[in-house]
Formats: sequence, C-alpha cells, structure tokens
Amino acid sequence: MKHFRFSQQEIVFVVFAGLFLVFSIFLRGFLTTDNMLTLLQNVAVLGILGLAMAIVVIGRGIDISLIAALAVPPGLVLQMVQNGHSLPASLLTAVLLTIAFGLVNGWLIAYAEVPSLFATLATGLLLAGLGQTALFQLDVVQWSPGMDGFEKLGQGTILGIPTSIVMFAIACVVVAFLLRQTRWGAYIYAIGDNPFAARVTGIPSRPIIVLQYVITALIGCFAGLVLAASVNSMPTRIFNSTLIYDVILVVVLGGIGLSGGRGGVLNVVIGTLVIGTMLNGMTIMDISYAGQNLIKGVVLLLAVITDSFLNPRNEETAQQGDI
Amino acid sequence: MKHFSSPTKAIVAALGLAAMTAPALAQQGLDEPFQKPFKEALAGKTVAYVPVAMNFDLTEGWYAGLKKELEPFGVKFVIRDANWNTNAGAQAVTSLISEKPAVMVVHNPDVQTYAKLLQRAENEGIYVIQINMGSAYRSSAFVGANWVEIGERQTEAVVKACEGKSNKIAIVQGALSAAASAYTLKGVENVLAKHPEVKVVSSQAADWDAAKAKAITQTVLKQNPDLCGIVGFWDGMDIGTAAAVKEAGLTGKVFLATSGGGERKGACELVKSGAFDLNMSYDVPTQAAQMAGTIKWLLSSGAKPGSIKGSEYTTLIPITKENADSQTACWNLSDLKK
Repeated sequence: MKHFRFSQQEIVFVVFAGLFLVFSIFLRGFLTTDNMLTLLQNVAVLGILGLAMAIVVIGRGIDISLIAALAVPPGLVLQMVQNGHSLPASLLTAVLLTIAFGLVNGWLIAYAEVPSLFATLATGLLLAGLGQTALFQLDVVQWSPGMDGFEKLGQGTILGIPTSIVMFAIACVVVAFLLRQTRWGAYIYAIGDNPFAARVTGIPSRPIIVLQYVITALIGCFAGLVLAASVNSMPTRIFNSTLIYDVILVVVLGGIGLSGGRGGVLNVVIGTLVIGTMLNGMTIMDISYAGQNLIKGVVLLLAVITDSFLNPRNEETAQQGDI
Repeated sequence: MKHFSSPTKAIVAALGLAAMTAPALAQQGLDEPFQKPFKEALAGKTVAYVPVAMNFDLTEGWYAGLKKELEPFGVKFVIRDANWNTNAGAQAVTSLISEKPAVMVVHNPDVQTYAKLLQRAENEGIYVIQINMGSAYRSSAFVGANWVEIGERQTEAVVKACEGKSNKIAIVQGALSAAASAYTLKGVENVLAKHPEVKVVSSQAADWDAAKAKAITQTVLKQNPDLCGIVGFWDGMDIGTAAAVKEAGLTGKVFLATSGGGERKGACELVKSGAFDLNMSYDVPTQAAQMAGTIKWLLSSGAKPGSIKGSEYTTLIPITKENADSQTACWNLSDLKK
C-alpha cells in the first residue's frame, strides 16, 4: 500500500465517479444532457462561493462573513431599485459597500491581527444586522420592474448552457488566473504555506491579506447577484441558513486543506460536483429530507475516514493550524 | 269606559312630560356608561408581541396593524423579536412572564416549545393570544390561518387544473420541523386520498428557501416535463419554484398554487405576472384587526385569563388572475405602516 498514496482530491474524485456511475446505471433520467445541466445549475452559486472561500483558505484564513456579502449588497441593489434608484447607481453602491466590507475584514485580520474566524464571524453579523435594521424593509427583497433585463445573469441560457453555469465557469477562469498566473496569487500561496517565511522574504503580507478578503467579498457579492437573478428576489434571511457550512464543505471536501497553501480551482470544482451529484440523485429518488441528511453525512464521513486511513497524520505531515 | 280614562290621561300626561324633558336631556348629553371602564381597562396596559422574527411581510403587517389599533388607547406595545431562534423566543416569553404584561401575542415556532410557558403565563394572569401558528396549549384566543384548509384548497385547485392532463403533481414543502408545513401537508393528503388518479412524483422540503425550491423544482421538471401542477407551501419560497417553471418554459402549463400573507409585491404582483396561478392569502391586516379586537374584548371583559378559550380562523382569500388587480385582494406594507 505504500505506493498508493491518494490525496484527498483523488479520493473525492473517486467518490464522485462512483456516485455518478451508480446513479447513471440505476437512476432513470439521471444521465441526460438536460439533467446534467440542471445538476450544475443547482450548485453553480455554491461553486462560486466555494471559489471565494478557496482564496482565503489557501491564504490560511477563513471567511465566515461570506454569506453576509452574498446577501446584503445584492439585497441593497434590489431594494434601491425598488425605491426608485437607477440600476447602475445601485450596483455601484453595492460594489462600494462590498469593497468597504472586504477592507474592514482585511484590516482586522492583517493589521489588527484578529484571528480570521472571529473577525469575520463578527463582521458578518454586523453586515447582516445593518442590512436588517437599516437597509431592507423586508427579509425577502422582491424584484421590481426597474431590474428588468438583469435577471439574465441567473436565468436563461447562453449557447444552450444555463447562464448560472456560465457564470460559475467565468468565476473559475478568473480565480484560476489570479491564483496561478499573477504574482499576487503566488504570494497568497506563500503566505498560506508559511506566513512568517513569506514575510521574511519580503512579500507584502498584510496588503495581500487585505486583498484576499476584498476579492472574496466581491466574489460573494457576485454570487449573490447570480442567486438573486435566478430566483427573482433576494432572500436575505439566507444569512441564517447553514449555507456557510456547505461552502466550507465544498472547499475541504475538494481537498483544499484548512491549513493553507494547498489546492486550487480544480478542487472546488470537484467538491461542487460531488455535492451536486448527491443532491440531484437524491431529489430524483424523492428521498425524504431526513434521509438525505443521513446519506450526506455517511458519504462525507466515509471520505474523511478513507483520507485519514490512506494519509495518516504524523509529525511530518501535520501542519501548524491544521484542523 | 270612564274608569279607563284616568290611566289614559296619566299616560298622555307622562308622554307629554317626556316630550318636554327629552330635548332638555339631549342638550345635556347622555353618558354612555361602558366607554369609561373600557378606556380605563386599556389605558397604560402593556401588550407584548413575540413573533418568530421581524422583517417579513406577516410579522411586520401584524405589528403595524396592532400598533395602529391599540396605541391610540394608551396601550403600551412592546416587541421581543426572536429572530428565527427558538431558544431566544422561549427566553423572551419566560422573561415576559415575570414582567407581567396584560396580554402576550405569541407567534409559535413549533407546537411544543412554548406550550408549557404559555400555560404558565395564563396562570400568572396574562392573556395569551396565539397567531397563525398555534401551540399544543389552547390559550384565550387563537387568531390565524387554518393550514389544513389551505392545503386542501390549494390541492383541490391543482387537481382540478390537472383534469385531462398527466395527473402528475409535485409538492414543495416548507421546513419539516414547522407545524404549519405539516398541517398543510395533511390538507394535501386529505384531498389526494379522494383522488387516487393523481400521482405525486415528488414531495420534498425546501426549508422555506427560494433557492432550494428552485433547485428541487428544476430537477423534478426535467424528470417529469409533463407535470401538470405544483402545491407550494409559502409564496416567499415559491418565487424559486415559479422561477424554475418559467425557465423550463412551462408557465401556464404547470399550475402553481401557493399561500402567503397577501402582501402586494409577494402575492398579487406575482399572480398577475403569471408566476403563481393561485395564492391562498390569509390577509394579514384583517388578522391584525381581529387580534386587536380580541385584545380589546379580553381587557374590557375582565375575564380571568385562561378561563375562556376560543379561536378565530381566518377567512382565506384565494388570489387568482381575476382579483389580483383589485384594490382589496392584497395590501401594501408601506400603507399599513402609515
């Protein structure tokens, strides 16, 4: 067994391939082009969020406030348009709010040196609370006629492919380019791998950390706009949901270690595919909600156990901050 | 007939006297004997409102309606927002029991959590009015929708729309833990039991979440493109269901029935646009008015809390294309707040 060292990514890929095969053989209507597109479409927003989370996790951080960035700025766009502002002005306001939010997160983590978990936990609550008390009249911000045309961001198709999948693909390309082709991307990996060494070698760690959180918040906002366009409203209460755990799950399941410095866009795609395949298959089988949770739990547990059997933790492989 | 004359005279005289004095009385004004005790019974009393969360059409509408009806009588209206947190709500109810408001208006998150607490509150002398979601404890009053009826009427409409078509329907439930969802499902089952020809191809919980509802409906529609109807459990969630139907190009072919509080943007506008074919509305302003009426009646009756118990089930308004344009089918939150 010594030469059979699977990485988490490969294990999850095997799980995905296995699930896919079983569903294709036994589930009528699973392996059709239409259903494949639906499968992807249903997890596109989750995938975009996974990309956002991946950036900070690779930089050895975490962003619990991501769902607030998803819910509040896009909600603000819908609310402002509803109140009679123009769409471009509303979008600009939302983007500025998102950047400001990312800057606050980044400043707290990079300069005030608050651990990212606590900093983003607090700022997420702050932004969601701000939205609830000051920005929105109702939890669910409805679409208004002023938004007409904008729903194309999440509905309809481009060259036969549902738009939200195209958006996910665009986000993948952008993030992959950022991480692999730019110097900033290389810095993020360096900081994630060893923040102290990165600083010693002269990498501007603090500004790069701030940049990570700004980009993450912007991608979160983008995911929110796609979500709002696809359901014709912004259910801002989504902040109270368990979506953030699903996002972390996609990232970790895909094989991006929480200890930082490892993984990339491909991992997020695989993590998203596994979740998507599971959800789609179980919906076709009309499995009850409780049953779905049970199956999800068992599959994830199996993936984690297999990983720890094949890649046992020891002093050499364990990193500081590994969860 | 002589012996009759003297009483007749007396009557005539009395009538004459009355005719002379009546204008005199009218000039002085007549005190209506019951309004003063009524005012006294209300003035300075505290009414506490515990919704499962603020910031959505139902609870905002009840709040605005109650405030408008009660504050002019000097009633102090306080709010304890549980913000979707059952524990926070139970704590709010517990601390209210010791604060002793005159009335508690409670919106239960489920059947059990508050039941014992509400009983204790009534024993302590606080009237408890439960709204839209009742608990296992029956308190002085319940004002709200009959979920079973909502489920039945929605399903009847869907079954009717399916006549002569595929008879395949889907059900998009709310959260499994919510009694409103379970009661509605019971109503759906009641009707389906009478229609064995109708086949339920999917019955899934979307957690009151529009995105989940959309995902489920998309998958179901891909598997069953000949689906003829969907029973949705809440209009706020079924925006997603409707978006899935629209994307599949099946608007008008798949009959979508849902329910909600009847706020214009969430109900009438969406029925008009064709997103929903039927929205069973439990007309929030009327519910608020009924709650306020019950509070006035209870406070002025002086009845011992818990000694009388009754229910006011809401008369539902089915919103369809026919009445979606009317002024009265829906309500505007912004107008109610004025």
